[in-house]
Amino acid sequence: MEPVEIERIEVNLLLEAIFQRYGYDFRDYARASIERRLSQFLKDSGIADLSTVTSQLLRDPAFFHRLVPYFSVSVTSLFRDPPFYKALREKVVPMLRTWPRFKVWHAGCATGEEVYSVAIVLREAGLLDRAMLYGTDISQPALDTAKAGIYPLEILKQGSANYQKSGGTGSLSDHYHAKYDVAVMNAALVKQITIARHNLAMDKSFGEVQMVVCRNVLIYFNQDLQNLVLKLFLDSLDHGGFLCLGDKESLSFSAVEHAFVAVDEKARIYKKRVM
Amino acid sequence: MEPFADTAAAPTVRAVVIGGSAGSTEVNRTILRGLSAAFPAPIVVVLHMHPEDGGLMASNLAAILAIPVVEAADKMPALCGRVHVAPAGYHLLVERHGTLALSVDEEVRWSRPSIDVCFDCAAKAWGSGLVAVLLSGANDDGADGLVQVLRRGGRAYVQDPATAAFPFMPTAALAATSLQRGHSPVELADLLLRIEVGAGHA
Repeated sequence: MEPVEIERIEVNLLLEAIFQRYGYDFRDYARASIERRLSQFLKDSGIADLSTVTSQLLRDPAFFHRLVPYFSVSVTSLFRDPPFYKALREKVVPMLRTWPRFKVWHAGCATGEEVYSVAIVLREAGLLDRAMLYGTDISQPALDTAKAGIYPLEILKQGSANYQKSGGTGSLSDHYHAKYDVAVMNAALVKQITIARHNLAMDKSFGEVQMVVCRNVLIYFNQDLQNLVLKLFLDSLDHGGFLCLGDKESLSFSAVEHAFVAVDEKARIYKKRVM
Repeated sequence: MEPFADTAAAPTVRAVVIGGSAGSTEVNRTILRGLSAAFPAPIVVVLHMHPEDGGLMASNLAAILAIPVVEAADKMPALCGRVHVAPAGYHLLVERHGTLALSVDEEVRWSRPSIDVCFDCAAKAWGSGLVAVLLSGANDDGADGLVQVLRRGGRAYVQDPATAAFPFMPTAALAATSLQRGHSPVELADLLLRIEVGAGHA
């Protein structure tokens, strides 16, 4: 047997051990990415092979919790991908206005920058008071940051450039105040945002919402898990509700393709058909 | 002259990966120009580019090449006789059985897409059937990737630093590996052409 095949068995056994021992299900995550993260963990912790990791995590929860962050995607920023926010302002906000109240679920929000970005768009449209925003993720440390709404001031610079490109008419600094070397997000934003732990691979629907934002998360799942999660979004969305995916994620060829129409295919914004 | 005599008994080529950075755009075109849709393996190209490329690199390449070119997408199967270009801002990975995958994981050596990430995955997926080519560039991305390609039994070729607009990348790769020398763009073009006419044997 080729060494690469043996490594694949080791990955399978490790993911199975995590699932059986701790209930976290990473078995349907895209493998190439998982394997890279596990290699990084081996390198960082000076362990020779994954079988050793499996043996140790079965007996040592503290060790397992050092491994967990390697599975979560935490690359995010304020107004990341400005054309998306531009499309949101121009094509989605006018339709959100027709709801007296609405809920936005940001699934896989990591440290929350993109939840605040959506909240800022809604605030500038005068819709923030009508909105409840929910940000969920599997990583507790990331959620703690999201909940606090405090970011290093230096990341606001890139955020500000993105904000302008997204069609922002004011200034990003209208929405935070600087305090020493950090930016504290405006209390009006924080008040409308609820941060909670939710595992897309395992947990049930989040209740009825009018918009789901889930960007650059599905690429980390295999086809089966992608379809499962898209079905979860479909079930959670109100008729006429919006689904926003990442730049390189599409509903084409998915199991729920027929249930949505594209609002802006390039920005990956879809609308649930009214049955 | 027989630059690739060492590969006479080499296994069938299952895929070709090409990496490069500063100064690689022209060379990449040169080495792909002679190929057609009859190329017997998928080709995957990872070049460092502007984060707001917006698919321009793939469409520019498609406009001048005979072999079909697509921008790589998540869960897209890598097809024979086709060039798959990594999109800006994403790492390009390869799943077993040769399906492409994207990620927005941290930049590696300040790069996304990273050549190391792609070469490493490709080496796992295609093993001894992989041919990897590293071109001009101004950092050392790709060197670790080539080490992995060789470790998994694949074949690695580096542009001769003397012919590269930015010799740092090929020089770093030659230093990191057991490779004896680099190859001119003409030699690299000839290598790929011979894979095509030899129906899979370099």
